[in-house]
Amino acid sequence: MNWLLDPLQYAFMQRGLLAALMVGVLCSVVGSYVVLRSMAFLGDALAHAVLPGIAIAYLLGGNLTVGALAAALVVALGIGFFSRQGSIKEDTAIGILFAAALALGVALISTIRTYAVDLSHILFGNVLGVSSSDLWITGILGMVTLLVVVVFYRQFLVVSFDPVLAATLRLRVGLLRNLMLILLGWTVVVSIQTVGVGLAAAMLVTPAAAAYLLTRRLPAMMAVSALIGAFSSLTGLYISYYANIVSGSAVVLVATLVFLLAFLFAPRRGLITQAWQRRQPRPASPSANA
Amino acid sequence: MEHSLEPAHLEVKNLQVGYNGHTALADVTFTVPAGGLVAVVGPNGAGKSTLFKALVGLLPRRGGSVLIHRQPAGLTLYCVAYVPQREEVDWRFPVTVMDVVMMGRYGRIPWFRRPSKEDVQACQLGLDKMGIGHLARRSIGDLSGGQQQRVFLARALAQQPHILLLDEPFTGVDAATQEATLNLLEDLHHQGVTVIVSTHDLNMAATRFEQVLLLNRRVLAFGTPAEVFTPEHIHEAFSGQVLNIGGVMVVDQCCPPAEGGGEAL
Repeated sequence: MNWLLDPLQYAFMQRGLLAALMVGVLCSVVGSYVVLRSMAFLGDALAHAVLPGIAIAYLLGGNLTVGALAAALVVALGIGFFSRQGSIKEDTAIGILFAAALALGVALISTIRTYAVDLSHILFGNVLGVSSSDLWITGILGMVTLLVVVVFYRQFLVVSFDPVLAATLRLRVGLLRNLMLILLGWTVVVSIQTVGVGLAAAMLVTPAAAAYLLTRRLPAMMAVSALIGAFSSLTGLYISYYANIVSGSAVVLVATLVFLLAFLFAPRRGLITQAWQRRQPRPASPSANA
Repeated sequence: MEHSLEPAHLEVKNLQVGYNGHTALADVTFTVPAGGLVAVVGPNGAGKSTLFKALVGLLPRRGGSVLIHRQPAGLTLYCVAYVPQREEVDWRFPVTVMDVVMMGRYGRIPWFRRPSKEDVQACQLGLDKMGIGHLARRSIGDLSGGQQQRVFLARALAQQPHILLLDEPFTGVDAATQEATLNLLEDLHHQGVTVIVSTHDLNMAATRFEQVLLLNRRVLAFGTPAEVFTPEHIHEAFSGQVLNIGGVMVVDQCCPPAEGGGEAL
């Protein structure tokens, strides 16, 4: 058991594991809506779009997380604003803002002297550099997000599945959409600490996509997604410790492996499961009643 | 009040709807008496879906008014249920049939409360009436097209509406579902619910409905089937699209008008 406990003697490793665990759960739960509403591209865009916020906070000597949060909110609401005008489609608005923010971010960071090291931490995460104030921010944002997801469960479900019904039930569809964007925005921000800008979208999408294949109802999908997210984060961090590879990559690769297993072997929906079922002789089925 | 199916009086005056700069409906005026059973017919792109969406407030009105119970629409909660065309939702969503039907009750359940016994009963009743009570725990992804349609209808029943709007419920479903839908409409009609249905099937509109609204961007005719389905009206609405085959009217839908098609949103 020593190999399991060894890393825990270091305070930075304890903080890193705790941060990875919280981020894994948070991303996976919010990610369920990202997968169901086809917002993967938006998640990726938000992750890249926070770059200028981080850069400005760094140059001003402020808190990086706060800078990233501000940028995420501006971009999320900006995308909503551009696409609501109806003259361009949402994915076009995302593409434009995403590229513009990324360009601005890299331009700002390139003015910093230790450019290469800082950029690689921002792009690929630096979970072992998590401070206790970062942990607090992650913990508080995580609790608030989970609370909102529980309180607004029915509203989010109806708005995602059937916006037409949501409108006839007189739910505030626009407000709920913005609330989801804000949740997505700050989830991306806290995940940048562990997996970095480049891989934040993967933590949103991959565990939730695997959970989608394994479950039949949304609450179960969220729970299974959270489990996969937590498992990937912990396993990834241990692999990173022993194999000496970048933590963010290790976490995302574990999550991808889980997804591939689900894709192949999920009951009912897995590729290999279905092929195997097709080969079984089928019992004479009663005529399909409409 | 909440659970009595009080017949609704629907009054539409000079309704104007448009989007993306072009006018989809102009000067639509009609009154449906409490408990009416109305078919809305018209060629492709006539604005049938647009009319329904404007009635429930999904599309902004440019002018005119909609009065329900003689009050502006929107004041009276719960009272309109809208059954959209099946293609408008993602049927791979991870919810069960019961979950979808329960959504019809969400307007009544506060967020901190679980659905009450009454809510569950209303849903089960709706499912049973549509003959799919045994499918309550199935994933919606496992259903056939006809069954999907029935889930939507069961949800509308669970809403216990005063006015029920159905957009093309007879398109692309099997005969059994068509008949189940028609029976349901007649059932609701006898309970005093006002029912408005859009359809392509002129014969069904003529034989199974009390009143017909003939629409093509404006109201061409409104009244009993005999008043509406005159050769002049039909020609005005459909021009070349209708074939009269031995007294049976058939709408030729193979070639929608080139400049139309603004109906689907």
